[in-house]
Amino acid sequence: MSGKEALPKWVDVVVIPLISLMIAFLISALVILAIGEDPVEAVRTMITGAVMSTYGWGYTLYYATNFMFTGLAVAVAFHARLFNIGGEGQATLGGLGVALVCLSLPWPHWTIALPAAMVGAALFGAAWAAIPAYLQAKRGSHIVITTIMFNFIGAALLNYMLVNVLKPQGSMEPSTAYFPDGTALPTFQDMFGVFGLTLFRGAPVNVTFFIAVAACFLVWLLIWRTRLGYEIRAYGQSEPGAVYAGISPFRITMIAMLISGGLAGLMAINNVMGEAERLVLNSVEGAGFIGIAVALMGRSHPFGVFLAALLFGFLYQGGAELGLWTNIPRDLIVVIQALVILFTGALDNMVRMPLTRLFLRMRKGDA
Amino acid sequence: MDLNTILQILDSTVRLATPLLLACLAGLYSERAGIFDIGLEGKMLAAAFFSAAIAVVSGSVWIGLVAGIMASVALSLIHGLASITFRGNQLISGVAINFLASGLTVLIAQAWFQQGGRTPSLSGAERFNPISLPFSETFASIPIFGPVYGQLISGHTFLVYVALLAVPLSWWLLFRTRFGLRLRAVGENPAAVDTAGISVTRLRYVAVMICGVLCGLAGAYLATGLAAGFVKEMSAGRGFIALAALIFAKWRPWYALYACLLFGFLEAIGNRYQNIDILGITLPVQFMQALPYILTVVILAGFVGKAIPPRAGGEPYVKER
Repeated sequence: MSGKEALPKWVDVVVIPLISLMIAFLISALVILAIGEDPVEAVRTMITGAVMSTYGWGYTLYYATNFMFTGLAVAVAFHARLFNIGGEGQATLGGLGVALVCLSLPWPHWTIALPAAMVGAALFGAAWAAIPAYLQAKRGSHIVITTIMFNFIGAALLNYMLVNVLKPQGSMEPSTAYFPDGTALPTFQDMFGVFGLTLFRGAPVNVTFFIAVAACFLVWLLIWRTRLGYEIRAYGQSEPGAVYAGISPFRITMIAMLISGGLAGLMAINNVMGEAERLVLNSVEGAGFIGIAVALMGRSHPFGVFLAALLFGFLYQGGAELGLWTNIPRDLIVVIQALVILFTGALDNMVRMPLTRLFLRMRKGDA
Repeated sequence: MDLNTILQILDSTVRLATPLLLACLAGLYSERAGIFDIGLEGKMLAAAFFSAAIAVVSGSVWIGLVAGIMASVALSLIHGLASITFRGNQLISGVAINFLASGLTVLIAQAWFQQGGRTPSLSGAERFNPISLPFSETFASIPIFGPVYGQLISGHTFLVYVALLAVPLSWWLLFRTRFGLRLRAVGENPAAVDTAGISVTRLRYVAVMICGVLCGLAGAYLATGLAAGFVKEMSAGRGFIALAALIFAKWRPWYALYACLLFGFLEAIGNRYQNIDILGITLPVQFMQALPYILTVVILAGFVGKAIPPRAGGEPYVKER
């Protein structure tokens, strides 16, 4: 893109996303005004509910953990210029993997159960991404459409598994049995309550948070510090260039999507193993789609994803508090999410074009 | 299985295929002009809400229909702005529009009606009522033809007939008029259209607007024809099934009709029977629900006839400088 070089890097990475975010928030405020509520009061409720207590933080970080995994999933695929819209389905299947692992053995301790569950989650998530990846690489079917279709197929598959296979006998509810006690992951309440104080009381945030942070670091390492990461980025920048350099499009498409699906699947150790401790219908609750907003906002950089996931964790928990204490339904966060995707993603040029013009003029003035 | 059961299933096939068909044709115009649209779902949902809400407030389904179309077209314009004017990513824009509709409809429904994100039920002139075609009484006594005419062909709401008429109309418009030729050309080779002195931007905006109108009809049908009022997320993935049907139909109007009827039939069967036994194998209802998506993946993979999208689809057009 010719516009990109005209802008200093800090404008591209910091200023543009911030302006886009501001526009998204401004319009959200107008929406709140339009439905006859007070935006200032809404922001205050969100801040009080999401970050003014360890309980609030416990939920904010719990949601952020989900969004880190799904955000990284979308980001890794973006680097190979693949739009993986199937994070929702891959995370759903990841949940199935976690449930099968957790229910298969009487696990003695979480330290043993967790690695096994992670393998199950990542394998199932990756498998669900593998078919669209293969069809894209070998048959040229558009990966966006196939991953959308696989979200629906995944939902139907899970529905079938829960209703017909995994449901305990005599239960009416389409869900698995509760996992054995040995799979219960330590929550922040268990971990940080040492000084006689109870922190994060009842909040679902658990040890998975640290795994998510580690995943951010590992993805950074992969993308910017390994040969494979270089190949993924090279392929994303220019397919003919990558082919000329001896990089196989099939290999990169498959590997990038397998990593992407695996990351999305890993989300399940947080929501299925860490929080619900059993598998229910629609356990992903749209986190796979929020990953798109997170990756776009974070400019596909793991550190950006980390920050954007925290922001969306805050919005999610704040939105829930809005639904509790005000007349604003929690669906407001869906609107905010939509506006963030719209302005940081699709309407990126709306902010970029005038800024580019501005910088070109300034540079001309210097010369 | 007697004639009556078959008629009932086919009747519900037609009704369930209608929103798919309208949305599928909507996507056809947009994608033939080179604008991918995965926001069909959101536009339908917005139209469903506004048609029902305004129909309740005004007491007239026709005013509701206009409001639904306007809401859908407004979202289309956002999509056009993002993907034509600002040359953004059309897929990301579509995703955003789906979420925007999903959130806004509930937010506004709650603010207006305080019924947990739904509108009050529609009745009488607030919704589209079945139309009895002429002679359905007279023919009733004729065996087979009478019931078929009376139940299957007659007795649908206005928008069902609109949807069915839209098929030949779209075929004629796209394949027999100059406008249609240009619209298809802009989706295959916009540079050639530009060289001929025709505005790519204008043509694409027109296509996106037509898409908005048709999605508006689809959404209005959901809330004021098929159901009697709006409920949260009532489009329930139909926009994506329409997208699947579009691929299944390989971006052609008549095939779109067949694909939508097929998917409507699958839904009708799935609604009526929980599990289906075919040759000793029991097909679970979830399989029937997933079948449209599975079929689409198979078609896309090119195992059964290759589906090739318009060549310039998804690519923003940059005029040479």
